[in-house]
Amino acid sequence: MSAVTTRPPDVRLPEAVARTPRKRWTRFILPTYVTAFILYLSFPIFIIILFSFNQTRGGFGTSPRVKTTWLGFTTEWYGRLFDLPDLTASLEHSLVVGVLSALAATALGTLLGLALARHRFRGRGSADFVIFLSISAPEIVLGAALASFFVALGVSRGFGTLFLSHTLFSIAFVTVTVRARASGLDRSLEAAAMDLGATPATAFLKVTLPLLAPGILAGFLLAFALSMDDFVISQFTQGPFQMFPTWVFGSTRVGIPPHVFAFATIIFVTGATLALMLALMSRRRG
Amino acid sequence: MERPVQPDLHLIAPKERRPRRSSAPYLLSSPALLWLLLLFVIPMFAMASLSLQEGTSLEGFRQTFRFANYTDAIAENGDFLLRSLRNGAIVTIAALLIAYPVAYWIAFYGGRFKSVFLFLLLLPFFISFVIRTVAWSFILSDDGIILGTLKSIGILPETYHVLGTTFAVIAGITYNLVPFTILPLYVSLEQIDHRLVEAAKDLYSSRRQAFLKVVLPLSMPGVFAAVLLTSIPAIGDYVNAAVLGNFAPGTAMIGNVIQTEFLRNRDYPEGAALAFVLMGVMVVGAVIYAKLLGTERITEG
Repeated sequence: MSAVTTRPPDVRLPEAVARTPRKRWTRFILPTYVTAFILYLSFPIFIIILFSFNQTRGGFGTSPRVKTTWLGFTTEWYGRLFDLPDLTASLEHSLVVGVLSALAATALGTLLGLALARHRFRGRGSADFVIFLSISAPEIVLGAALASFFVALGVSRGFGTLFLSHTLFSIAFVTVTVRARASGLDRSLEAAAMDLGATPATAFLKVTLPLLAPGILAGFLLAFALSMDDFVISQFTQGPFQMFPTWVFGSTRVGIPPHVFAFATIIFVTGATLALMLALMSRRRG
Repeated sequence: MERPVQPDLHLIAPKERRPRRSSAPYLLSSPALLWLLLLFVIPMFAMASLSLQEGTSLEGFRQTFRFANYTDAIAENGDFLLRSLRNGAIVTIAALLIAYPVAYWIAFYGGRFKSVFLFLLLLPFFISFVIRTVAWSFILSDDGIILGTLKSIGILPETYHVLGTTFAVIAGITYNLVPFTILPLYVSLEQIDHRLVEAAKDLYSSRRQAFLKVVLPLSMPGVFAAVLLTSIPAIGDYVNAAVLGNFAPGTAMIGNVIQTEFLRNRDYPEGAALAFVLMGVMVVGAVIYAKLLGTERITEG
């Protein structure tokens, strides 16, 4: 201890009580609260998984509906996942639109993110502003604007309009993600490659792009997740081309088929496992 | 007095290193900006134009610059707008109160397990929010695991219900948005230097004073962001009112009206006018809020 911070031994601190550790039971209030909160957040997930194993009863020729009470354990719905053609089609639609729009948004957003991170150019401020607006605009306003646009053009809504719209709302998120990665990169690495005789193109492909890759991958996954989860924009731009969330929403009026919960459980387990693996891999790499 | 002659360094430097005025940034940015222009900026103008038109979906719409669409829309749907703003305010305050202690504890006491806690907070996002909302309608249903159990024990009367009430709608929106409240709070709390808190305690502040005078003020940028990230989607939400409110009288929000006008009634001008009114209210609210909270320091954070 240095001389400056050493207190004269005889001086008593006033209100020494304030420094004593907290009373024993109050120490547990916050951790207990956080645990309770996390249970609350995941409670619907438990219910979805639980009720995907719930039996149904009755139903005269109609497709089964999940009951709100527990009727008994069954794995029936996992064996009959693809029984409802409309539901299966809506999932396919969501996956196809999700992958394609995420690819398009990743391509466009990566380029824009690079431009914003490394170049000062005319219109940079307005580009920034438009990106900010497209992220912060309320979904219902964005959906209504897109619907107005397609109505005004006389375009019938379907796969095409969904792809255009999903790509649109994902671009800003990819841009922000890639830009954050790109502005953290040491540009002298690229310069070093060129000093060692690489052409600008080679330096970009062999040095910059691999360094950007985690940002680009994160952007793609974010865009895909946003597209899969999107409800509002889809509802306004899909026309008769149903997506998974909008199909589920439509079926709430008559009752949810148990297949929906089975699919949701599979998607949840797959997604959470993949995310966990990615997180562990990136941690191991340091 | 004589200065040494400065060599013209830029003449020696290799050509490539000089900042080039290149077309690269324009080539890189134009595809995305074109997409944003065509599918974000222009649609906003299309909606503005549509909001001033007259007609029906069968006969077509004509541009008549009928500004009365706006006054009509407000007069007919003022109740829904006010209810949405009230619900949004309640959700925002509730989410802040629920989220702050969680963000605080993870940021200050999460230790090595911070990323584990963050992962747990993001877990619900792996299931579509529509399905999570449906799950709440199961949990809160009249004979579901909570109400059904309480009724069979006899704590609640048989007629008691939660679905179809404003409470269910507000609780549902709060559930959906509380992760978006936590994340900005966590980011700003995580950046606080713990030594500042220790310094406060060294200067004989109590725990409460250290929190109120040091931690809380330093986390205000996070609170600012959290309020915006929570209130804007809360005011515009219409899924919870549909799934948990069951369209019971007094539960529908402005989003439900816009959705119905666009997708069921096909009264596009009224829907468009309402969407603009909603956006206008939000923009004005956000600007006033930013002004009230005041400093540039906050908007930077």
